[in-house]
Amino acid sequence: MFDTNELVINMGPQHPSTHGVLRVILRLDGERVIGSDVVIGYLHRGVEKLCEHRDWAQIVLITDRMDYVAAASNNLGYVETVEKLMSIEVPRRARYIRTILAELQRIASHCLWLGTHAMDIGAMTVFLYAFRERELVLDLFEEYCGARLTYNAMRVGGLPLDIPPGWDRKVRDFCDILGPKVDEYEQLLTHNRIWLERTRGVGVIPGEDAVAIGLSGPPLRGSGIPRDVRKDEPYAAYAEFDFDIPIGAAGDTYDRYLVRIEEFRQSVRIIRQALDGLPEGPILGKVPRLIKPPAGETYHAIEAPKGELGYFIASDGKSNTPYRFRVRPPSFCNLQALSRLIKGHLVADVVALIGSLDIVLGEVDR
Amino acid sequence: MVDIYVVPILKIVVLLSAVLLAVTYLTLLERKVIAWVQVRLGPMRVGPQGVLQPIADAVKLLLKEDITPSRADKWVFTLAPIVSMVPALIAFAVIPFGATVSMFGHPVSLYIADVNVGLLYIVSVTSIGVYGIILAGYSSNSKFPLLAGLRASAQLISYEIAVTMMLVSLVVVAGTLSMVGIVNAQLSQGVWYVFLQPVAFVILFIGGLAETNRAPFDLPEAEQELTGGFHTEYSGMRFALFFLAEYANMIVVSAVATTLFLGGWLRPFPNVHVLSFLGFVPGWIWFLLKTFVFIYVFIWIRATLPRYRYDQLMRLGWKVLIPLGIANLVVTAILKVLL
Repeated sequence: MFDTNELVINMGPQHPSTHGVLRVILRLDGERVIGSDVVIGYLHRGVEKLCEHRDWAQIVLITDRMDYVAAASNNLGYVETVEKLMSIEVPRRARYIRTILAELQRIASHCLWLGTHAMDIGAMTVFLYAFRERELVLDLFEEYCGARLTYNAMRVGGLPLDIPPGWDRKVRDFCDILGPKVDEYEQLLTHNRIWLERTRGVGVIPGEDAVAIGLSGPPLRGSGIPRDVRKDEPYAAYAEFDFDIPIGAAGDTYDRYLVRIEEFRQSVRIIRQALDGLPEGPILGKVPRLIKPPAGETYHAIEAPKGELGYFIASDGKSNTPYRFRVRPPSFCNLQALSRLIKGHLVADVVALIGSLDIVLGEVDR
Repeated sequence: MVDIYVVPILKIVVLLSAVLLAVTYLTLLERKVIAWVQVRLGPMRVGPQGVLQPIADAVKLLLKEDITPSRADKWVFTLAPIVSMVPALIAFAVIPFGATVSMFGHPVSLYIADVNVGLLYIVSVTSIGVYGIILAGYSSNSKFPLLAGLRASAQLISYEIAVTMMLVSLVVVAGTLSMVGIVNAQLSQGVWYVFLQPVAFVILFIGGLAETNRAPFDLPEAEQELTGGFHTEYSGMRFALFFLAEYANMIVVSAVATTLFLGGWLRPFPNVHVLSFLGFVPGWIWFLLKTFVFIYVFIWIRATLPRYRYDQLMRLGWKVLIPLGIANLVVTAILKVLL
């Protein structure tokens, strides 16, 4: 007499918790997810093709628009790839400042992740606390390069600007502020019973599966794989600093949360070391006025806040533009795990898992 | 004539307007308190420190277009906000705000009715309120509200039993179901029942949070998951009615908890004569103060805690609260017989 139907629900692209324009088509049995389709592409702007029609210096500006909450990391990945292609030696001071910027960016990006992730699970105060600290990072960036979101902060061969006088002092002050604030977030969440129940055992992904799917960054490390480009293939000035790679054990949402929380502390540690050892010297290496890499192709990856951000660039050696420009965006690759993670969980967990993968749709769609 | 008709009607009018005003300003209080918790200022633009904000909100919502989705079940859709609002208001009928006071030479009791089954009345009336949410979720003919309606019914059966169970153990202690009688029993036994029934107090508080759909049990609303839940399809004043009902329910639960556990209008430590100087403060002020403390804690919790998942709430209800409630009832009954 009675038959049961699957309930197909369209979550997004204008859903408050899909972090932008992600659309997830959920097939539900009650509130349990039995299948899902992840639809992307609502923010596709053709970044890669666009880059193939801009000259090498202009592309820095476009990379800002991919992961727009971690623009400096995107810049860094691109300029380092071109430097690798052209074999340009970057001055040590520039590499140090780049490291500081990239780590500040990681803190800002993780603040945004923590705020929205906690908000999705219902803890709204953490959101405002995290944004308060993110605001301080944005202020630092504003003082450095004048912009608060899309920085255009790097150049092929170095940096456009040296740090303003007194800026290092302010970064140090920020490092002193952030430590206790991270403890404050942890006080609200880490041992909170409701938080534990909502995140522990939710969206478990074992280490080998994480590798097979191609996860990178905190979701991979949360599953216990100690892979971090900063340690494995050091770039910028990371080889000169001492820091730990936090890894999780169970590979659930809680472990991914703990990994990112610890990364706040490690970032502060790196910034402090970089400020202590900040060398004097030029900030721009010997770069030809017209950047025109020799014919060839290369791939170079950095550890962006969301995972491994790689650029594959091919140059034909003749034109002023790249012959082929390809990005390996961490958000896009990490998003591949979503369908698998949410299967069998409840609707409430879907938003928690989207948050725990930490995606930015600007980077997924490009 | 005057005593039978005029005085009760006057009391109803005064109480209803006071409650509605309190409910409106509770929205401002909530926004302000949460803002302070979150190191913000909250509403500041309308009037000094934003004190006129609730009025601006009400005007805005009244002027909004009132949309009924074309596929909705129109009767039920219209009925749902009323079903959630009315029980919240009529529950105030049996809440004693104070003992009898003398006004213009008349003895006036500060409650509308002293029903001898007052507690039962409250339990029955407040459980109707949830049907408003279930009906709203069902009648919207939309998927997210439907899920919210399901959650609301799951929630209802999970906490209602535990709360009722512990009210029974309270009745065992007090020996009466009348709200006024319970306060008087606390006066004659010389102790607030929060000290005699701490377990029941905690369960009532948790159940109260669930009853009023407040965080961490605001599952039917769950903005981040269900895009607003049961009121997704509502607009204008009907939308506002759901919120007013939520806040009115908050006051009801706080007032009931005050009456049952914190001695209603009694001053602190009613049996300690050294503190009798506290008696110069009128009883209804004590009552409002205690109620306010509860409301503040409600808001404080909302600002602090994440949200439970609905299977976790059901587990909490069935596996923790109900066994605790039964155990509490049994222990209370045994002690009552022995002592």
